[in-house]
Amino acid sequence: MDAKEQTLQHAWKDEIFDILKQGDVKQIVYVPDAGHSQVIKKAWADEAITAIPVTTEEDGVAVVCGAWLGGQRAVLLMQSSGVGNCVNMFSLIKNCNFPFLCIVTMRGEWAEFNQWQTPMGRATQTSFEMMGINVLRADTPESVADVVSAGFDAAFVGGDAVAVLLSQSLIGRKKWDVK
Amino acid sequence: MEKTYQHGSINRRHFVKELILECPEALIISGLGSPSYDVFDAQDRPSNFYLWGAMGAAAAMALGVAIAQPEKSVLVITGDGEQLMGLGSLAAIGAQKPKNLTIVVLDNGHYAETGMQRSHTSLGIDLVAVAKACNFDWSIAVNDHSKIKDIATQVNTRVACSFANVLIDANDYPKALPPRDGAFIKNRFREHLGFDPF
Repeated sequence: MDAKEQTLQHAWKDEIFDILKQGDVKQIVYVPDAGHSQVIKKAWADEAITAIPVTTEEDGVAVVCGAWLGGQRAVLLMQSSGVGNCVNMFSLIKNCNFPFLCIVTMRGEWAEFNQWQTPMGRATQTSFEMMGINVLRADTPESVADVVSAGFDAAFVGGDAVAVLLSQSLIGRKKWDVK
Repeated sequence: MEKTYQHGSINRRHFVKELILECPEALIISGLGSPSYDVFDAQDRPSNFYLWGAMGAAAAMALGVAIAQPEKSVLVITGDGEQLMGLGSLAAIGAQKPKNLTIVVLDNGHYAETGMQRSHTSLGIDLVAVAKACNFDWSIAVNDHSKIKDIATQVNTRVACSFANVLIDANDYPKALPPRDGAFIKNRFREHLGFDPF
């Protein structure tokens, strides 16, 4: 593990993976983000789970719905900038009442250096809500497991469509070497 | 009125009917518009999932099904316009290479549902080459009915991640309308596989 990877290590990331694993999630579908790095790495290492990278987030919405259609639980991981790509594809969830769990790492909301991330970051929650997806949010490391677990149960026990937003402050400041 | 450009001559209704009757056990995902009408017209089955929207979803959705059901054959029947909107899903599929997945694109080179505007496949884009570049094991262009048995063999034997681009005529066919209630179609499909309708 190199120095860069060590700075990305957080206990809450392992807790997310454990919730998915214990909840019998079989497909982890993603467009990568540093905040999802540990979950993605563990998904690739786990023989009972298929890690599925997609080239754009809306494809991921379709894959996780397909997984449920075929009898497996799947989750979708992305960063906030990908949520806007999904808007029409969310109609699949709404029309068919698919259970849906999406975990989103936030950008553009806390000490953001790259303002190109801000418009979509600011519109993330609204984009989900306007398409009928319930939004939960975790702002502290201690609350992540509880919030993800609540979202998981709402989706796969209750049948709801849920997005869990992980605050940018959880991931920490990205080093840009400028001030 | 200007004559519609034609790059194929296959009757889509006859082709789809013949193909899916050769694949009685396949789980079928159909893309919105004419492919959903074709599949419904050929034979309505609980193992058919008809898309009515979510354009670009068919292949990606089938990837999720194929991974969840490795012992079942999964068949996508979609149009060129729908596949073009989900072009990136071919990369996602090629990176997984499920051997139980076959994609059949009914390619008339046009967006039939919106009035036959030309699509990229009649403007120089070759989906067979795209599928090959995306690491599919088997990717062919189909000009007549003689390849139906070969495609059905790919579907039924589950030995290769497969893609067939079928050059159909660009004519309008009478609409044959499958159920539009997405929850009903989903629950019926899941029930067929032995799962709760949830």
